[in-house]
This record gives sequence, structure tokens and C-alpha cells, in this order.
Amino acid sequence: MNKEKSMFSPIKAWKYLVRRPVTVLMKDIFDNPREASDRYRGFHQNDWEKCLGCGTCSRICPTNAIEMLPVEGLEKKEGYKSERPAFDYGRCSFCAICVDICPSDSLNMSKEYLHLSKDADTFYFMPDSTGIHKDSRAHGYLRDGDSELLDLERYAMELEPVDRKKSFMEIVKGYSMEKALAESARCVECGICTETCPAHMNIPEYIRSVWKGDMKEAMSWLYKTNPLANVCGRICTHKCEGVCALGHRGEAIAIRWLKRFIVDNTSEDLYDEAALEFVIEPVNGKVAVVGSGPSGLSCAYYLRTLGYEVDVYEEKALPGGVIRYGGPEYRLPEESVLKDIGIIEKAGVKFIVNTKVGRDVSLDKLRDEYDAVFLGTGFSLSRELKIPGYEHEDVAYAIPFLGQTRDYLRNLAKMPEVHEKTVVIGGGNVAFDVGRTLIRLQQTKYNKDFVSMAALEHRGILPCDIEELEEGEEEGIKGHFGYGPAEIVIKDGKIQGLKVQKVISIFDEEGRFNPSYDPTDSFVIEATQVFIATGQRPEYAYLDEEMLSKITMERGQLKTGAHGQLENYPWLFAGGDIVQGPDIITGVANGHSSAEGIDAYLRSIKK
Amino acid sequence: MKEVKLFLGPQHPGMHGNYSVHMYVDGDIINKSRPTPGFLHRGFEKLMERRHWMGNLALIPRICVPEPDINEMVYAMGVEALAGIEVPEKAHWIRMLVLEMARIAVHVMGLGFIGGPTGMYTATYWAIAQRDLILDLFEELTGARIYHMYIVPGGVRKDIPEGFLQRVIDVIDELETKIPEYEELILKHPVIHARIKDNIMLPAEVVWELGVTGIGMRSSTGKANDLRKVKPYARYDQVEFEVPTADYSDALTRMNVKVRELYQSIGIVRQVIAKMPVEGAVNVPVAAGNALRWTVPAGMVYSAIESSRGEYGYLIVSDGREMPYRIAVRGASYPQGLLGIEKYLKGYRIDDASLWMDTMGVCSPEIDR
Repeated sequence: MNKEKSMFSPIKAWKYLVRRPVTVLMKDIFDNPREASDRYRGFHQNDWEKCLGCGTCSRICPTNAIEMLPVEGLEKKEGYKSERPAFDYGRCSFCAICVDICPSDSLNMSKEYLHLSKDADTFYFMPDSTGIHKDSRAHGYLRDGDSELLDLERYAMELEPVDRKKSFMEIVKGYSMEKALAESARCVECGICTETCPAHMNIPEYIRSVWKGDMKEAMSWLYKTNPLANVCGRICTHKCEGVCALGHRGEAIAIRWLKRFIVDNTSEDLYDEAALEFVIEPVNGKVAVVGSGPSGLSCAYYLRTLGYEVDVYEEKALPGGVIRYGGPEYRLPEESVLKDIGIIEKAGVKFIVNTKVGRDVSLDKLRDEYDAVFLGTGFSLSRELKIPGYEHEDVAYAIPFLGQTRDYLRNLAKMPEVHEKTVVIGGGNVAFDVGRTLIRLQQTKYNKDFVSMAALEHRGILPCDIEELEEGEEEGIKGHFGYGPAEIVIKDGKIQGLKVQKVISIFDEEGRFNPSYDPTDSFVIEATQVFIATGQRPEYAYLDEEMLSKITMERGQLKTGAHGQLENYPWLFAGGDIVQGPDIITGVANGHSSAEGIDAYLRSIKK
Repeated sequence: MKEVKLFLGPQHPGMHGNYSVHMYVDGDIINKSRPTPGFLHRGFEKLMERRHWMGNLALIPRICVPEPDINEMVYAMGVEALAGIEVPEKAHWIRMLVLEMARIAVHVMGLGFIGGPTGMYTATYWAIAQRDLILDLFEELTGARIYHMYIVPGGVRKDIPEGFLQRVIDVIDELETKIPEYEELILKHPVIHARIKDNIMLPAEVVWELGVTGIGMRSSTGKANDLRKVKPYARYDQVEFEVPTADYSDALTRMNVKVRELYQSIGIVRQVIAKMPVEGAVNVPVAAGNALRWTVPAGMVYSAIESSRGEYGYLIVSDGREMPYRIAVRGASYPQGLLGIEKYLKGYRIDDASLWMDTMGVCSPEIDR
């Protein structure tokens, strides 16, 4: 470009006199402060009602500007941590990656971009929804579907097609390596699951191990808190998934299936190495465990890692309790049970089967022979339902029926009596176990199935897991939910059906279980055989009268001190369903805790 | 006369960024010059090895402050190549829009900043004000004025806000009417001519010797070497534009080429807006899982684009984990900004030194990286 040299050049400048100046007066800036754009990444705002305290923001932060700090006085809610993020604006780079990954959607950025203070400490603060200046300015940057940084959808678990009901084959196929890695990559490692799990399993840790592909490390994490990894990988009530941070905006991580993936995909030598790593010589004493259910097995295993000799007394012919005789084969195959019990046997635990404490051997004798005794006898009896007709011979109970079915599949018993048309009373997981087992037995015997179900609760509040309901209905269970049993209709000595009536409410005004019905809305469910699955109860035949009088009971469960230790009987510990629960993982947790309690007790009296 | 050592920068109105040149002068003639980089050295490359693939997004724009988007683009292109991801069509066009807007902003600023070393601050203020209008657009699109953190591996972070494209058109229309004024004020001005015409030379043989790319290369060798043309990325093969060249090596020629590029970029922005798909996704995830666990398959890739100063590239090495194994940055100003100063600044006058920095296209953090 050539230079312009003209005598008029200086005059040209005059035209700018009438132009709007490029610069802006400070007065205008103060009088009309500019508002930032709608996406502006200003100082943070955090909605404390929504915030889980999961700390994902803190872990993703590329500048380490976010610290999770405990907040005193914050109401403790399950699935929420009492921590909230604090931001150091000396470090923050205002990238908003924390906003994009926030699982609870509580975090966003504001339009505020000015903060002036002589006090440097004010640049470090814990924002709530009112932001840095506590004046609730408008939202700036928000996460949307495009800027999402979480993987919200669960990698679907494949089930066998509905023909599965023709056999007792395991219905859940399990993850492939590829899917397990992808599923484990969804975890944000917040550890809320660990807090909620009764056994406080190291869930984020073992999921990370899966993600790294290190199965031995994953196994070690499992056995730190749970020696029934096969069982819990299949039939755990998975409270962890209920509180998973990912579940707030998407689907919870398939924690249970990942656990199953670990046990199914670890070679036997690595498995044994990890599971038996901390088992030591039995030099510290001798402990009896009564009952070989989840709590007893867990207690026995951890006592072995603490150096005790352990004998487990079991009433039945095979050890395992509910995992041997309760959970149905199509959910919990025999190999899985054998694997878990096998490891506990390898750990040096001795099983004394066909021996019922209180009948074949007394608790007093155990007390004399052992340093301490753990009671884990579980809920071994069915709760009766005394409606008209309940004493009929074609009325069966869940617990013996499920037990006999498992023995039948082991060729140790004959097939349980099953009619062509049956009805199950109950709406929990056990009721579905009974219903779905019935379908399989009917398919075997009659090549067709007919199972109805009646439960007090309506569909939305059934106590069973949602998968049980969905899969059960897919297999053909005809549910009558919200209808309570009124009478077993008997004609000419034969059951004709179950008369049910509409439930108005399940609990009375004081919150006690006391269902009320609408007798005008009733009908008869056609069936010739009735199964009752309305709950289980404990049996305390081994406790003599003196002990019963000295032990506090609450709703059929024993009241214990820390680690399951019984008041007045320091040598006696209890856990599992007879103390807490009922469920398997609580039993495992109790067993572990009692093992530690027994160890502490025995050490204390040796001094 | 006794030789005197003078420091140019890091605090100096004619200095670009925190950079320093030690000059040994005799009278006002530079006898020897030593570039002193490092004031902006945060160890970007090393820091990247300790951050998640997504987290690096907050770091890399800082490698070139006036034109941060090129970092995001080469990083994203490299990661996408390693991960084998196909970027959605719309994202390609949005990326081009961002890159060209950034080029316009940086060229306008480069044009006006010549006012610093020549004492004509009007040009600087005009340029800053003009650039701010583009920064307003960036703020609206990305949420920030300077560090956009918008082009991400897999696409772009968010879709275009409603009415945004019209506002882009308004701003570039207005800019187009202003460019002749800049030309009049700067490129036709006798004072500027006196300072940069036939001065601050970058001869073709120096270009080949040092490996200078960009405007420096194109204006002295006549070679239309622009990666947007010779190795098109995004959708540059679907827009029409020319690569301005010249065959004289003084600073004035370089400034003229810069203005002609500005017009080309304005043309590209208009075409992008016309051709951009209305619907469609703007990104795809890099890998399964959440951003804390994104992994990129093991491998090595060099990705490069045409920045306002020349070829800008990242060599990215992944070992398959959630963080890069190694990233090396090829800053476009490295040859002239480091080697050039050392070897070819001597012989010029003291007051030419900052013009040298200005017209060669030097961005100091990309030398320090």
C-alpha cells in the first residue's frame, strides 16, 4: 500500500469529531454496569438442597481449586454427604468442567465476574445458590445435554429370553469384558455407595480395579469386607445402587453386576491368593459359630483372618443357610454358593453339619468348649398367616418350599408338590422367588404355568426389587397388587381359590401394621394350592428361659451392644437377621463386625 | 564508543507478552541480541501429562493468549485421530467459525498494535475496541472472552445460541467498513512507511533457513503455503478463499498481506454461516464412561493447523491411559521469535527491535510453552 501524502491529510482527522467515540466514559460504566452473557462463566453457585457432596467437581478440577469441606449442622440424609465444595479463586481457571460433570446438577456459574476485596481470604469461599456476594444473581453457565461429561446410561445386562422359565438355568448372563470395562468407566468414585452399604464395601476401589483390568486387586478389595462375593454379586439387595450419584440424573452404576464380573472372571489361583491372603495360623483361641448363613460364614472367615480356630454348627446337611436353601437356583447357581463356601473351608473353617444347637448340642456345652460363641441362626421359620383355611394340607410356606426345591435340584430330595394352578401371598423378593420357582416346576411337570400373586401393597410400593417384578411378570406371574388375602376358599376338602379384598390402607394412624380392607371390592383368585410368603421369623430354641429373660428382644430381634455383643453374656455375640436386616449384606456386615468384637473381647480378658 | 547492554522487555509497550531481548548496542545500532524467554514458562507440556484428557482443556488455551482456539483445535484433532472419533458435521463448521473469528481478532489486534512501537496509539485503541466486539461474540458463544475452552475433543462444547449468527454478521459487516480506515491510518501513513518500509527484512533464504511459516513465509517467498489449503482440516475444503502472497520481504509487505488475509477470513465467516447445518449434534464423547475416565488409545499423532502466525501443531503421544503420555507443542513463532532474534536482529536500530517483534508475528508463551 502506497503512502498517502497530501496537504489535506491533517484535516481528515476533523471528521472523527462527529463520530461516536471508541472509548467509553467511566461514569457510563458505573451507571450502567454491563451484564455478562447468558453463558458467562463467572463465580460459582451451588444449590445445597441438590448437592450430594459427592466431590466429583473436586476430582475433575484441572486446577485443584475445589476442596470438599465438612459442613457442621447439615442434616444427615442417606445418599448425601455432609460436605460441600469450597473454591479457591486464586487457582480456579473458570473452565466450568465442574459444572458439566456435576451428577446432582446443583453446580453452575453465575454472571458475576467482579470481586474486589482487600481481604485475600474472601477469594476462597463455599458458594451456595446466592453466589459469592450472597445476592442471588442470575445464572450464567449451565450444563446442558451437549456439554454433559457423565455417561448416564447403564450398559444393559442381558437376560436369557423368556424361555428361561423352562429350566433353572441362571437367567442373568453377566457382563462381557468389554461391557464391564465400559460400565466401570462410568463411576465417579464419590464413595456414597460405601457409606450406604451395610458392609461398607470398597465399591469405588473395586470398580476402579475392574476399569484398570486388575482382577486380583479387585478380589482383594472384595474380600476386605465381604467373603460372600459370589452370592452378593448375584442376589444382594444392592442398597449401594439406590444411592449412586449417577442415579440422580441417569442410571446408577451396575455395582452388583460388576462385583459378579470380578468373581466370574478371576482365575482360580488369583482368586485363592486374594481371598486367603490374610488368613493366618489359628493361635489366638477357639470360637463356635452357630448357623452357617451369611452372618455366620462372614464371622467365621474374618475370625480366621484374626487367627482363631472356628467351628461352624449347622442344623441342615449342607452349610450355607439362606444361600444354600433360600435363594433360587436361577438367580444363585449352586457353583456360586460352592465357590464362596469353598473359600471359607479353604480358610480352615470346620463345618459341623446335621447338628442343631439346642437339640443336639447345648449352648452351655459350646460355652465350655469354646472361648466365645457367635449366633447367626437367621430367620429360619415362615411367618404364619392365620386366615380361614390356612391349615389345609395344600397350603405351603415359602421357606420349606424353596429349601426342598434346592435339594431337589441337588438330587437330594423329591420334587415339591406343585399343582397346576397356584397362588402366592406376598409381594417381597421371597414371594417372587416362590412364584418364579413355581413357574419353573410347573413347566417341568405340566409344560405350562399358572401362578397368581396377591400382595397388600399396590404396584408402586411393592417391597420387592423392580427387576423381580418386571422379570416375574414377563415370565407369567399374574399379580393382584393392592389386594389382601381374606380367605382360602375350600370346597369338598379341596382348595378352590384365594378370596382377596381391596386394601384401603396398610398401616393405621399410629403407623402400626394394621391393614384395612374394602370388603365390597373382592374376588376369588383361582388356585388349588396356596403359598404363603409373608415373611420369616426367628427360632430361639437354643436359649434357655434364664437367658431369654436376661436378653432384651425388640420385634423378635435380639438387642445387642457394639459388635453384636450381648448384654449380660460377654462371651456371646449375635448377628444377621436375628439382630438386624433381614438381608444378606447386613448379615455379612454383622458377621465381620462381630469377628472384630470377639477378637477385642478375647484380647481384653487375656490381659 | 562503549557497547551498552539494554533490556527490551519483559515490561515494555512494544513487547509482545512477557518476553525479553537483551541487546548489546553501540550508539543506537544493535550489535548483538539475545532472546530471553521463560517468563511465561509454566511447563505446559509437562503439566498436560498430569491432567485428564478433558482437564487439559483448561490449560492449553494459555499457550497463546491472543489466539487460544488454535490450541483447542490441534489438541482436539489429535485426540480424535487417536481415538478414531468422527466429529459431527455441525461441529466442523462451528469450529471453523470460531477459528476464523479468532484469526480476525488477532489480525485486527496485530494491525493496531503497531501503534505501540511507532507512537501512534490511536491505532491501538481502535484495534482493541474492534477486537472487543468479537470478544463479545466469543463470550456469548463460549462463556468467556479470552480463554474459550470451547473446541473439545469430539466436537464443540455447546450449540450456537439463538440469533448468534446474525450478530456475527453484524460485527463483521461493521468491521469490513472499518478496514479502509485502518489502512488509511496505518498502512498509508507516512510515519509508518518511514519506519517499516524496506525495513525489518525477512528474506526468503532466512525463511527456509529457520523454518518460518505463515505470513512471514508467504509474503517473502510468494509460496501460497497455508495448511487450510494444502492440508485442509475441518471443512476448509468446502469454502472458497485465496491465500494472499507477495514477493518482497519487508515489514510493510507483511502488514499488507495481513490485511488481505483479514478480508479472506471475513469471506470465510460468511460462507461458514451460509453453509453450516442448522440441525445436528455438536459433539460425541471421546470414550465410554465419564470425563474422569476417558482414555485415548495408545499411539502417536501430529496434528497441525494454520494459525495467524503460521503452522501450529501438537505432537500427542498416548499410552492408553486417562492422561496424555507426552505432548509437544510446535509454536508458530518459535523460528523467528527465538532463532530469528538471536541471529538477525543485529544491525537494526534499537527502536526497530519492537517493530521486529510486532511484525514478525511473535507470541511468546508458545515459545516458552
